[in-house]
Amino acid sequence: MVVFTYDNTFDGLLSCVFFAYEQRKFPDLILSESDQKPLFIDEQYHVDTEKEKSNRVWKGLGKKISKFARNMLLSVWLSELPETTMLLFRYIRKNIDHPQGIEMNFGDDDVLRVKDIAQKVGADARKLIQFVRFQETADGIWFAPVSPRYNVLSLIVPHFTSRYAGQPWIIYDTERNTGLYYDMRTVQEITFSQKDLVELKSGRLDNEKLSDEEAFFQKMWKEYFQRITVKERINLKLQRQHMPRRYWKYLPEIQ
Amino acid sequence: MNEKTLEKLQILADAAKYDVSCASSGTSRGNVKGGIGTATGWGICHSFTPDGRCISLFKILLTNHCIYDCAYCGNRRSNDVKRAAFTAEELAELTIEFYRRNYIEGLFLSSGVMRNPDYTMERMVRVVKLLREVHRFNGYIHMKTIPGASSELIAQAGVLVDRMSVNLEIPSEQNLKLLAPEKDYPSVFAPMRFIQQGMLESAEDRKKFRSAPKFVPAGQSTQVIIGATPDNDKQILSLASALYKRPSFKRVYYSGYIPVNSGDSRLPVLSKPPLVRENRLYQADWLMRFYEFKAGELVDDSHPDLDLDVDPKMGWALRHPEFFPVDVNTAPYEMILRVPGIGVKSAKLIVTSRRYGRLNSEQLKKIGVVMKRAQYFIACRELPMQTVNELTPQYVRRQVSQKQKKAAAELLQYPIDWGE
Ligand code: SF4
Repeated sequence: MVVFTYDNTFDGLLSCVFFAYEQRKFPDLILSESDQKPLFIDEQYHVDTEKEKSNRVWKGLGKKISKFARNMLLSVWLSELPETTMLLFRYIRKNIDHPQGIEMNFGDDDVLRVKDIAQKVGADARKLIQFVRFQETADGIWFAPVSPRYNVLSLIVPHFTSRYAGQPWIIYDTERNTGLYYDMRTVQEITFSQKDLVELKSGRLDNEKLSDEEAFFQKMWKEYFQRITVKERINLKLQRQHMPRRYWKYLPEIQ
Repeated sequence: MNEKTLEKLQILADAAKYDVSCASSGTSRGNVKGGIGTATGWGICHSFTPDGRCISLFKILLTNHCIYDCAYCGNRRSNDVKRAAFTAEELAELTIEFYRRNYIEGLFLSSGVMRNPDYTMERMVRVVKLLREVHRFNGYIHMKTIPGASSELIAQAGVLVDRMSVNLEIPSEQNLKLLAPEKDYPSVFAPMRFIQQGMLESAEDRKKFRSAPKFVPAGQSTQVIIGATPDNDKQILSLASALYKRPSFKRVYYSGYIPVNSGDSRLPVLSKPPLVRENRLYQADWLMRFYEFKAGELVDDSHPDLDLDVDPKMGWALRHPEFFPVDVNTAPYEMILRVPGIGVKSAKLIVTSRRYGRLNSEQLKKIGVVMKRAQYFIACRELPMQTVNELTPQYVRRQVSQKQKKAAAELLQYPIDWGE
């Protein structure tokens, strides 16, 4: 069995592709250094991440597949699913080896799987755009805790910076303990301490941390949510289908 | 804002809830400097109420006072209900506060008729003016026009809002007159025509001057109530298909009748709203808009009502076994689209993928074809020839109808505008 190890970054993965073609060695498995290694390894290579090489692979791929397909690969990467490393490697290899590329061949398992995962990641990002709830804090920052299935925070930045250009906000992934802070000019990554995180996970900030009006508007919204419901048509299954329970955690209307 | 506003919200949300439309699609717009909000082009639902309906827009009435007396409406003047009215400032501010918290995509403003149509419409225009000009709000606004309002006011509103609607409510004029004596079809069709004219003129102007204002850029929509009158599906779908032929028309909404006023002999007594029928109408509407079906193919004089047991596409296929089987590896896209169990997405994937080699049934399944339904209508090499022709339409109908009935009752395809 041929095993590559790499630094678990997207550029690292592209460097693995470069390395494979350069050495004519194709891995059965690509692992990050900290991963548990299998028992029977015939050959093991560590691949260094080199931006220049990964760029060449990425550019070369651009000649075979569309921009849309390349974006799908990035989305698949954000899924962080264990299968992604090898899936992306195989997908890229198949496209390099085929004279015209196979982006449209959905009869191929890997092409179909890349599309499926990319769609799931896209759907997760859309769900976030739907279900993010900001609370106005006492210091004027609009704060939203979230817990998306995939690591999609980076995908929703353009939507929120343009929509709420004039209000500073934080969208915080409480599962991955990482967030984005927009100060009305740029967006930067932030991390809270473990102690703060405990409070965040409850979804409710302490009252003294919230603005004076926040509780009132949450109450108005909850009331609206109840009043706009048509009792003669109650259909909880349909509600859950469109708004799966995993997104309910931070919705004030459902608390 | 205080407890008083809360009480108004309770009354006026309650009074607005039966209007179905909530779509926020059809306009794409970036923010402006110093402003708040964008329109994304795809309808974003921000929440789903326990009835499974989407909250995209803040759907609210300006007031539930009304001088009219429509039999099917809870706000009619002869009802003894609590009345309330927002001030324009209050409603604009509340919209902004909801919007800032990402609760909504924008506002869907409707109203009962206070004093007279123009008086009401003028106040509605004030709300959207405040939003656009004072709050510099760039999110989505849908306004339901007031029957009988002057065209000057519609023209003023048209350059401020994204979508306008004029509700037909009742699918035939004689029944509308029976139930809403103060209304008639001209009072509905005249503003519809006016809105369309405004849209077409603005499109012309914008060819000459890029800065000319857009007029109702997301088009217009309407709503019809289903089951309050004996009007059949043929009547309803022909009406819808005539409306869709107009360039300005984006959506027709179907709203299963819910009796809100008891003891009116002009209206039927129903134990439950006709939800399955409503769902079938949405499916038929979908087929007309995205599958190139004509109203006459779905309902005709011998089948004036949609089949409640099977979906309209299946219904058509069972009435036309001679069209099948379709060979997915060679048939043109339009024919593949007619196969029950194959949607627009799968049809497209089939057409692009089959260039790389013949597709087998395993691949079709993975692509998203629902084989349980499609199997009777396609030819595929390794499937035994057990199509609708060998098995007979009656047999296939029995196989699929039980399952579909259950699905239709549970999962009502409500108008969510993903990817419209
Ligand atoms: S005009 Fe509108 S609000 Fe007034 S009674 Fe008729 S449907 Fe109801």
